[in-house]
Amino acid sequence: MQLLKSSIGRKILMAITGQAMVLFAVIHLLGNSSIFGWLPGGINAYAHHLHSLPAPVIIGFRLGLLVFVCVHVWFGIQLTIENRGGRPQQYAVKTLQKATFASENMIWTGGLLVAFILYHLLHFTFQVVSPETAALSHPDSLGNPNVLGMVVAAFQNMFVTLIYAGAMVVLFLHLSHGIQSFFQTLGWSNDRVQPFITKAGTLVALGLFLGYAAVPLTILLRILK
Amino acid sequence: MSDHKTMTLTLIVWRQKNASDPGKFETYTAKNITEHHSFLEMLDCVNEDLIHTGKDPIVFDHDCREGICGMCSQVINGAPHGGQDRTTVCQLHMRKFKDGDTIYIEPWRARAFPIIRDLIVDRSALDKIIQAGGYTSCHTGGVADGNAILIPKPVADEAMDAAECVGCGACVAGCPNGAAMLFTGAKISQLALLPQGQAEASARVRNMSDAMTECGFGNCTNHYECMAACPKGINVKFIARMNREFLKAQFA
Repeated sequence: MQLLKSSIGRKILMAITGQAMVLFAVIHLLGNSSIFGWLPGGINAYAHHLHSLPAPVIIGFRLGLLVFVCVHVWFGIQLTIENRGGRPQQYAVKTLQKATFASENMIWTGGLLVAFILYHLLHFTFQVVSPETAALSHPDSLGNPNVLGMVVAAFQNMFVTLIYAGAMVVLFLHLSHGIQSFFQTLGWSNDRVQPFITKAGTLVALGLFLGYAAVPLTILLRILK
Repeated sequence: MSDHKTMTLTLIVWRQKNASDPGKFETYTAKNITEHHSFLEMLDCVNEDLIHTGKDPIVFDHDCREGICGMCSQVINGAPHGGQDRTTVCQLHMRKFKDGDTIYIEPWRARAFPIIRDLIVDRSALDKIIQAGGYTSCHTGGVADGNAILIPKPVADEAMDAAECVGCGACVAGCPNGAAMLFTGAKISQLALLPQGQAEASARVRNMSDAMTECGFGNCTNHYECMAACPKGINVKFIARMNREFLKAQFA
């Protein structure tokens, strides 16, 4: 199947799985924002709603995400190895005219994000990093998992906040190249819209960075308690 | 020489006897160079000196020397064709340099372009991509009427923008991945835009994209270095068009 083997086909798979994860990141951020209180019951009620979804929906959603991550990581590594071989000998003078720090370091920002996602899952999903504040074993007064308590306890620690905020800088770098790349790779671009897509992609990446970083930073600064 | 100031430059040039020789940089001094010399004429002067002293001249590709053939192929200070916008090496002039400059001159570097000698590389991988489908099959015989198939002017112009590609390989040389996406994108687009090319569009994009991989070119990561390197200003929108054609072809 040409989609799995050819250069353009594998890039298209990278683009689609990457963009699907961007959509997940947007939804995840909207969910997170309930911590600021716009949803009655806050993030604890939100977590309760999510966990009340039928089990097949939750399992299907998680499996889908896992497949997207695996495909993206597998082809990312494969294509990067091939690309390193595309120019076996480097030039004595390195001159880049259009490439950016973000576009050159996708494999490294991607690798850091995988490491962060693993830590984040162990921290807040499986809740094995700090079991003394785990939301599932410490319900709030309504009997919902006390996500607020868990998250606030975690981010009052400067070190944990720095890990999360740093990971979001990495996410910004990865997406500032990745989002516009998606449109180019699927062929949804031309010289008229390309500058707009590049700016919009960077703005979305910036929005995700600010949104995600707001939670740990406001907790660290004791604005959110 | 009285009304022209001359320049003396230090050249650090890649010398390699053949594909199996590891190759190395050699340093040369270019003397009595005026701002009116083209880059290739400057190299001609250096070679003349080398020949007079019984040394091997620097071997480099060149042909028309008027910026249209795409034969000249040198990476100058890390930039294919020297980095001046829409300029081939032969049209790069020494007025862009100043007295005392040190200039690195290297061949195109990509796995798909083995070095033949010094600054000459084998670019036949680009021909193999064309052989995979960069043409239209047609009956020979009577000449078709010039305007039998009407093509709107903007479409013809767009196809001509893609057809400006001279196949010099600067896009491959500039790409950190050694990918040939801009070249292939331009070739696919120039035909996909026109009715004569549309009949074979699906097979063309599938075969030409396979040929890219078989020839040892890398994959595109959207750095757009190719567009900056291209002496004909081919836009990466033609890569997007190729990607679009590729997706269409999967369902055709």
